[in-house]
Amino acid sequence: MTASLNVRDLRAYYGQVQALHGLNFSLEEGSVTTLLGANGAGKTTTLRAICNMVRTTGTIEFDGKPITHMSTEHIVKLGIAQVPQGRGTFTRMNVEENLQLGAITRGDKAGIASDIERMYALFPVLKQRRTQQAGLLSGGEQQMLAVARALMLRPRVLLLDEPSFGLAPLVVRDVFKVLEQINRDDKVTILVVEQNAQLALELADQAYVIETGEIVQSGPAAEIASNEDIRKSYLGY
Amino acid sequence: MELFTNQVLSGIATGAIYACMALAVVMIYEAIDHLNFAQGEMAMFSTFAAWQFMQWGIPYWGAFVLSVVLSFAAGIAIERALFRPLGHASVLVQIAGFIALFAIINSVAGLIWDFTIKPFPTPFGSTPLLGGVISSHQAGMIAVTILLLGFLYVFFSFTRVGLAMRAAATMPESAKLVGVNVGWMIALGWGLAAAIGAIAGIMIAPVIFLEPNMMGGVLLYGFVGAVLGGLSSPAGAVAGGFIVGVLENLAGTYIPGVGNELKLPIALAMIIAVLVFKPNGLFGRVQVQRV
Amino acid sequence: MSTAQDTSADIAGTRPAAGKSILTVPLVASLATLGLLIVVPLFLKNFVVFQLTMIVIYAIAILSLNILTGASGQVSLGHSAFFAVGAYATGIMMEHANVPYLLAIPIAGVICFVIGFLFGFPALRLKGVYLALATFALAVAAPPLFKLGTFEHWTGGVQGLLVTKPEPPFGLDISQDRYVYYLSLTIALIIYLLSVNLLNSRSGRALMAIRDNEIAASSMGVDLALYKTLAFGISAGFTGIAGALGAITVAYVAPDAYTFNFAIALFLGMVIGGVGWLPGSLAGAAFIVFVPNIAEGISKGLSYAVFGVFIFAVIFLLPNGARQLAYYLYAQIKKLVSRF
Repeated sequence: MTASLNVRDLRAYYGQVQALHGLNFSLEEGSVTTLLGANGAGKTTTLRAICNMVRTTGTIEFDGKPITHMSTEHIVKLGIAQVPQGRGTFTRMNVEENLQLGAITRGDKAGIASDIERMYALFPVLKQRRTQQAGLLSGGEQQMLAVARALMLRPRVLLLDEPSFGLAPLVVRDVFKVLEQINRDDKVTILVVEQNAQLALELADQAYVIETGEIVQSGPAAEIASNEDIRKSYLGY
Repeated sequence: MELFTNQVLSGIATGAIYACMALAVVMIYEAIDHLNFAQGEMAMFSTFAAWQFMQWGIPYWGAFVLSVVLSFAAGIAIERALFRPLGHASVLVQIAGFIALFAIINSVAGLIWDFTIKPFPTPFGSTPLLGGVISSHQAGMIAVTILLLGFLYVFFSFTRVGLAMRAAATMPESAKLVGVNVGWMIALGWGLAAAIGAIAGIMIAPVIFLEPNMMGGVLLYGFVGAVLGGLSSPAGAVAGGFIVGVLENLAGTYIPGVGNELKLPIALAMIIAVLVFKPNGLFGRVQVQRV
Repeated sequence: MSTAQDTSADIAGTRPAAGKSILTVPLVASLATLGLLIVVPLFLKNFVVFQLTMIVIYAIAILSLNILTGASGQVSLGHSAFFAVGAYATGIMMEHANVPYLLAIPIAGVICFVIGFLFGFPALRLKGVYLALATFALAVAAPPLFKLGTFEHWTGGVQGLLVTKPEPPFGLDISQDRYVYYLSLTIALIIYLLSVNLLNSRSGRALMAIRDNEIAASSMGVDLALYKTLAFGISAGFTGIAGALGAITVAYVAPDAYTFNFAIALFLGMVIGGVGWLPGSLAGAAFIVFVPNIAEGISKGLSYAVFGVFIFAVIFLLPNGARQLAYYLYAQIKKLVSRF
């Protein structure tokens, strides 16, 4: 297995405040990795740093090539999609336009059209709402839309920021089922940031635990899940 | 009754000017998410440019196209040079920038072309229609406005660039995350708005004549039309422009004591009244606000 | 329980250094500015004193804008209208009803407070550009209203209204211009201190909560409607007082002095001084009085363009206006002081 995304000594800053203190981790090609930790640990910042949306130092390599100082849109074009915190819905546009925007960097019209149909098959509720203003969707529907929009890029790496946030348990299961499916069928490498550790560890192959901007534990997801000390002191279940 | 009909029709004729400008206002609002106070002056400058080309012997449509294309380029250049560096400043600072741009363009136009009123040609002639309430130029202007509206509707609804521009204006962070080059989309928005402004100016100039201050009142009415119609809706803005024209005319005719001087305040008061009850304008989409 | 004592013990314990903490750089700067404003006009020609008076008066109006925009986040492009109402109210009271100016000025303020408070209600429903446009409409509507034939007996119509310039009281041996200057300065100082206290008070914090996040503020139990309309009223009231002082300084009230151009100038003054920073109001006022003159001196034909270039220069170099400059200087002075 080779590393798809390789992060070395990643530091991030908001103004004068340092939020990440030298993270090292890598995402194996085709695997699911989860980044766990409490509120304010730096999970969201890590995702923002990968897409260069916060001031960073260190190196981030994608397929062995550095992407650290590329613009956000350039990084996205390479095939790194992100479902941001707060879902990033284009509230004034309708559902289908949101999906179109997900594929805005692609040129293959026919492929885009068939992918939209595929998204409707994965998330049937979106099909019912296709002409509705996206801002009027429920939280769960917007979360599905956000995942679908990210998939419209046909990404090689998918970064997700708390996909379970604010969702009903049943909806959460649906979303995670889709993630499992696209990881299995499309070989998309996934990095998922979660507060719901139990859920994320079920999906993930590899796990990292982050605390105040530093990685404090790492290992195969099953090991982390079965280690009672880690569970009690960091994951709270 | 005939007086009423005539007043409505002539209101529609003046309204066409406002509709034209309102459309340009909404355009830039879609592209940069706020109003550009210098837009009228940019349109005025474009109109002078077209006039200058004609003075140099270029035929009407040649001058028209040349002016629109140059305005498009100038709009992009202004954004890149003056407003991109202010991208992180507060909205209030950007408004100060618009005011400064207003002063600069107005002053430079005055220096180049002086402040005397100049007639401006029309390709539609000036035959009176419908018993003289509307001229063929005004009819042509209405047609051009509607055509432009159709073009914009298609552009924003069905093209990828149009979609990306709307995304960049309303949700820049999310737009970047789907790979939209937000900076260029905003510049493109300025270019488009400047080009539409040029068309509006060239259409309006035969009615109100050409001079550096020609756009002051028109822009205000354009704003009002756009806001009345709802800033998020190009068609609403055009409708708003026509409504303002008609209201202004009717207020001048039917409300006693209202001379020419008070037409504007009364129209504005009515519009504020509308806004109080429909804060997003008559045709605007309801803004969804989440905490 | 012992916190109060602890605090006082602290102060007592650090007595030698306390001089430093009481006489802070901002306080010294404020006092120095006030000193200059008091002393310098004694040595200036009447015309320059007149210009300084206008700066002080505009500073009051810009300060009022700062209360509105800086504190509660509402934008007004229509304060020229409140200024005009204050000026006309004063002129009419003095010339038609022989009200002494010292009484007319506060009454003008109260009238504007009431109008502003009432305007604050529809303004509640409007946000951002919509509010900007509604207030702009106010600015556009005001001059034609004052010109209206119906009110001509009171307002003097297009001609405007001559206002008596007050004589210095108690047989003071200073020129009328200097007297009006010191009167304006005194009132400006009172309004400034009132505003500082207002913004530091409970109501002030409520206002700023509104500015930062309306939904959060209302869920904390801040009565949004009341505070926003009050902010509008207070802002309009202070502007009305500025207008009243303007009327007696110029000794003339004319409708075309209060067009929307004036409202825009006030807005520019606020941005250039630094939005929400009260001392910046004075810098902003100086900018809108002096820079157009300087621009005219550089090029008569292109004076507006030069003015525009100046504005761009300021907002490029100092996007937070004079406030940024002041903070920079403050940091430099602190560095210098700490070295010794």
